[in-house]
Amino acid sequence: MSNAKTRTIKVDALARVEGEGALDLRIRDGVVTELKFRIYEPPRFFEAFLRGRMYSEAPDITARICGICPIAYMLGASQAMEQALGVAVTGTLRDLRRLIYCGEWIESHVLHAAMLHAPDFLGMQDAFELAKVHPEVVNSALELKKLGNHILEVVGGRAIHPVNLKVGGFYRAPATAKVRALIAPLRRGITQGAELGRLFGSFSFPDYEDDYTFVCLKHPDEYAIHEGRVVSNRRLDIPIDDYLVHFQEDHIRHSTALHGTTRKGEPYMVGPLARYAMNYEQLTPIARALASELGLGPVVRNPFKSILVRMVETVLACEEALRLAESYTEPAAGAVAITPRAGVGHGLTEAPRGICYHRYRLDDEGRILDARIMPPTSQNQPQIEADLRGVVQANLNLSNDELQWRCEQTIRNYDPCISCSTHFLKLNVVRE
Amino acid sequence: MARAKKPKLAVWKFASCDGCQLSLLDCEDELLAVAANVDIAHFPEATRAVIAGPYDLSLVEGSITTPDDAERIHKIRRRSKRLITIGACATAGGIQALRNFARIDDYINYVYARPEYIDTLAKSTPIHDHVWVDFELRGCPIDRFQLVEVINAFLNERRPNIPRYSQCVECKRSGAVCVMVSRGTLCLGPVTQAGCGNLCPPLGRGCYGCFGPMEAPNTMSLAGWFREKDTSADAVRDLFRTFNAGAAPFRKESEAHEQR
Repeated sequence: MSNAKTRTIKVDALARVEGEGALDLRIRDGVVTELKFRIYEPPRFFEAFLRGRMYSEAPDITARICGICPIAYMLGASQAMEQALGVAVTGTLRDLRRLIYCGEWIESHVLHAAMLHAPDFLGMQDAFELAKVHPEVVNSALELKKLGNHILEVVGGRAIHPVNLKVGGFYRAPATAKVRALIAPLRRGITQGAELGRLFGSFSFPDYEDDYTFVCLKHPDEYAIHEGRVVSNRRLDIPIDDYLVHFQEDHIRHSTALHGTTRKGEPYMVGPLARYAMNYEQLTPIARALASELGLGPVVRNPFKSILVRMVETVLACEEALRLAESYTEPAAGAVAITPRAGVGHGLTEAPRGICYHRYRLDDEGRILDARIMPPTSQNQPQIEADLRGVVQANLNLSNDELQWRCEQTIRNYDPCISCSTHFLKLNVVRE
Repeated sequence: MARAKKPKLAVWKFASCDGCQLSLLDCEDELLAVAANVDIAHFPEATRAVIAGPYDLSLVEGSITTPDDAERIHKIRRRSKRLITIGACATAGGIQALRNFARIDDYINYVYARPEYIDTLAKSTPIHDHVWVDFELRGCPIDRFQLVEVINAFLNERRPNIPRYSQCVECKRSGAVCVMVSRGTLCLGPVTQAGCGNLCPPLGRGCYGCFGPMEAPNTMSLAGWFREKDTSADAVRDLFRTFNAGAAPFRKESEAHEQR
């Protein structure tokens, strides 16, 4: 097969991702000559229509960029506004933010790992096929995912596009009893997450590694989720305010998502593998025990094993949520007071799929003068293309159908949220 | 009830955040039961498997914003026995319909360095502007219990039990204290369709209109009350101009407060 002349593979829609993308692949004499991971999700122009809106509207409006990770947008926008307006959200309100973010990690990671990614390793079309063979696995995953959504409902009032978050904190802090009621399900969640992790650990993983540039948040006291400095394994250590000094977005013809690269124009990786490598020492005890049981070292460079790291992070999110729920007492006020003023603010948090960056400039009434948002998938897009090139080159012996599936799986390693990055997969492979 | 042949369900996406189709995957307790009673013929967010049309029931998420999508929706309609739109994007144009109040070239130039690569329509429009729609399920996002009700109703050939009255009715029934009367908080409840589960007022927050206009809303009267409470014209305009900005009653009210 490796000496084949021209082979054409065409996928019209990348499945099991959020959004619309396609892949164009041209192989001549066993060499990849052209590879484009195309995103053609229609542009929605959030940055443009945010101009002129009040600072207080940004969390609810930007939540609508993505139905899978609204908290990443709501908190990124809120924290950017708080910086611009000179207020800090601390103590119990900060804990509540970390708690609801843990809920989003659980919901999003379990949806992706169990429902969207695991079928690839089993040669199945979807989780419904898996449910026919192993209903207990799918039921357990659904229960865990439901727990993540339940945290969002308890703290945020709704699982998709929560209503209770605002700049400065919450409209009303949840009652102590409601948050404490999460304790028992979270204890069960830790066990379920670890069981799912062990099950996925029995999969066979394609042999592929790369020396990635990992970029993520790091915090001195905790496995960073919503606060910290930006670090990389290339000795970068910067405040979030300097993000655009070191990273840029380019507009490529084949994509309505902008392509994120380092200032030197090199691809980098955001998301679970980056966080895991940079914050390994801060894993919670059961998450760390699961990682070692799964044979994961302190750095995972095989992108196909991201499914395992997602389960480690799911357990971590359950442990953290448990700790926060146990110590929660309803605060006197749900939010800090805000007085509008002119200013510039940056917000950067770890969406389940990686760094989500916001920057806003406000006038003295608090209206938005300009807005900049870098979602995780547009940052990962050049790295996804680099992985695809490597994976295709290493698997030229595969049939067209097998190669197509492997390419899809490679893209799904990143849990790409194409709606976020604009912004589906259509694979066109030409072998010459 | 045993069926000779399972109905074919398809889920389609246009410009959107994916949140409404995610609501189907978020029916954790009902998902496998729904999946067992239908053939999922097209649902890319959940499966690689594709079964050819025609489809018994198509769920459409998202709004029409590109020339290609304006064509694609007709192809989907031709292959669908029943077509239901889900969510504010599909039923009203979504948050991306804010472009309808601006010049699209300004937007493209602001967001994209190479405007010539972008192919988009000047307006974001709901699905019913393009094809016949059998039922519209509102919400930003939709409520998953309402979604299960609508799928159930259509598969059993009955009318869905989805109220068209105002959010106020739901709020009063829950026993919540009116935030506008008691605290002067601006609230779109009187003109917004019920169905969210009365989420905001119990949190001390006014309704912000996720479910779009109710049947025959008196937006002018409500806006008059807002203005009497010393709310600026800009603030009233923006209140009506969010996820359902393209829904006619909200669009007209927001335009009435436009200052040029």
